[in-house]
Amino acid sequence: MSTALLLPALIGGLANGAVYALVALGLTLVYGVLHIINFAHGSLLMLALYAAWILWAAMGVSPYVALPVLVPLFFVLGYGLQRWVIGPAGHGRETNVLLVTLGLSIVIDNLALAVFGPSTRTTSIPLATRTIDLGVMYLPLPKLIAFAAALVLSGLLWLLLTRTDLGRAIRAVARESDAARLVGIRVTHIHAATFGIGTASVAAAACLLLPSFYVSPDAGYAFVLVAFTTVVMGGMGSFPGALLAGLVIGVIESLSGLWFGPSLAPVGIYAVFALVLLFRPTGLFGARA
Amino acid sequence: MRWVPRAGIALLLVAGALPLVFPTGFVLTAATLMLLTTILGQSWNILGGYGGQSSFGHALFYGTGAFTTALLQVRFGWNAWAAAAAAIVAGALVGAVASALVFRQGLRGSYFALVTLAFAEIARVAVASFDITGGGFGLLVPLHRGAAAFQFADPRVPYWIAWLVVLLGVLLAFGLERSRFGARLVAVRENEDAARALGIAPVRVKTAAAALSAGLAATAGVLYLQIFLFIDAANGFGVAVSVQALLGPILGGLATPWGPLFGALALRVVAELVHAVLGSLPGIDLAIFGVILILILRFAPGGIAAIGARRDV
Repeated sequence: MSTALLLPALIGGLANGAVYALVALGLTLVYGVLHIINFAHGSLLMLALYAAWILWAAMGVSPYVALPVLVPLFFVLGYGLQRWVIGPAGHGRETNVLLVTLGLSIVIDNLALAVFGPSTRTTSIPLATRTIDLGVMYLPLPKLIAFAAALVLSGLLWLLLTRTDLGRAIRAVARESDAARLVGIRVTHIHAATFGIGTASVAAAACLLLPSFYVSPDAGYAFVLVAFTTVVMGGMGSFPGALLAGLVIGVIESLSGLWFGPSLAPVGIYAVFALVLLFRPTGLFGARA
Repeated sequence: MRWVPRAGIALLLVAGALPLVFPTGFVLTAATLMLLTTILGQSWNILGGYGGQSSFGHALFYGTGAFTTALLQVRFGWNAWAAAAAAIVAGALVGAVASALVFRQGLRGSYFALVTLAFAEIARVAVASFDITGGGFGLLVPLHRGAAAFQFADPRVPYWIAWLVVLLGVLLAFGLERSRFGARLVAVRENEDAARALGIAPVRVKTAAAALSAGLAATAGVLYLQIFLFIDAANGFGVAVSVQALLGPILGGLATPWGPLFGALALRVVAELVHAVLGSLPGIDLAIFGVILILILRFAPGGIAAIGARRDV
């Protein structure tokens, strides 16, 4: 394989991988604390993509500008979902919680289909068409922004978890929820706040993604398995792990697309996903327990 | 809950006699789909209900059944009945291999759900990519009416075949409740370590249950193909199939012989009501199914079959 083909594929893969990492950050946070796999994660991403798209289509607001509006809005949405839907319906049983989030994703996806129809929507903002000359290829500017944003967002999440009272409470609940309850932490509130933060970061990801992507009712689905793969591969609950795994997966996808043809590219991801789950369910990068 | 078996038997008898009143047309088609959903649901119930292993990828087994029988007929000229038998065996085999892989690694709960979903997605993308499986177009079985070709001019015949398989599924579930194997399976579900301490081999028991479950799912896939004579990647391996497999038994009553039938009937009725009230807005019936799923999990975790029972959850 010549470098003329390989290098652009690698860089393109890294750029896509940054987006995967961005989407996976919220998922890994929710898993790390609530120990649940949030099947509705992709659907919430799709919902945020639509929210950003509506702001653009109705008022001409650039998705980058919409970000500070949508992030708190989706925090509230996520908080409410966990507090009043997922928590009560899950009855604290893992399989039930999984099924509830699956139910949520079915509801959100199909409501979007009923309201918006199956067609694909895109935005066109001037910034999105700019590219950067890397010598071997042109990289679209939105991908670079997404790359930087993935780093910034994971840094912010890390700061939130390590430097704030909320973060300390979240980590306490993640480690020992009964003991956390005993020292006066309201566990259901912390669970809901964690889910809210996860949903808020998915909204951030959506705003950064939309300029170079599209939205359709099944847009979330394109990401959800990739996000699971990223989270599992990076070690459930680990931010640096998710970041690294996202990049690796982006490269795997782009290389398997190069070798097996674009229609089989997702098989590379799913195969890696199944293999990692089967043989290294704690993640490739030595996650903390 | 004395009413459950009575209602179950009554429902089964009504379903069996239904073609005498509606020999063709809309009602029979809806009822046929309900029976197929029941078979798929019973298949999920064996592994997810009695076995406690929630699969999110039952489409893998269903699709294997439908595609194997279609492939053998279309590409290799097999007789439809031989192809059907081979497809059911293939489905059971895929179920055994896939689950042995997963269970040997000690994966359960959410991990099992995720791996099965990934397997089904790999199959879906692969089937849609290769020409031999029809690629993006799917496989069309040529029309050859006649019992030898497993194609019947009278739509009541495949209906009654599906009805027999539903009956077989109910008997299978009762068999699980009374047999040693079923007791082992439930023991593994309730406490795997304790079961192991009693000399039960959890991996072997769960794998056997998965093979049984997958064989039944493949049977549903075979019946679907022989009735509609068409299958494509999304119809066979799509997530919607996996969701359909788990909705029925959860709604009707997990780990009960009649639950999948109750669930399938309720879902069909809801789907037709939604259609009658709201028209054919795409996705709206599934959205309502999702709401029902959440409400059931929240307020009636035992499903329809637990109505009237004391709550002990």
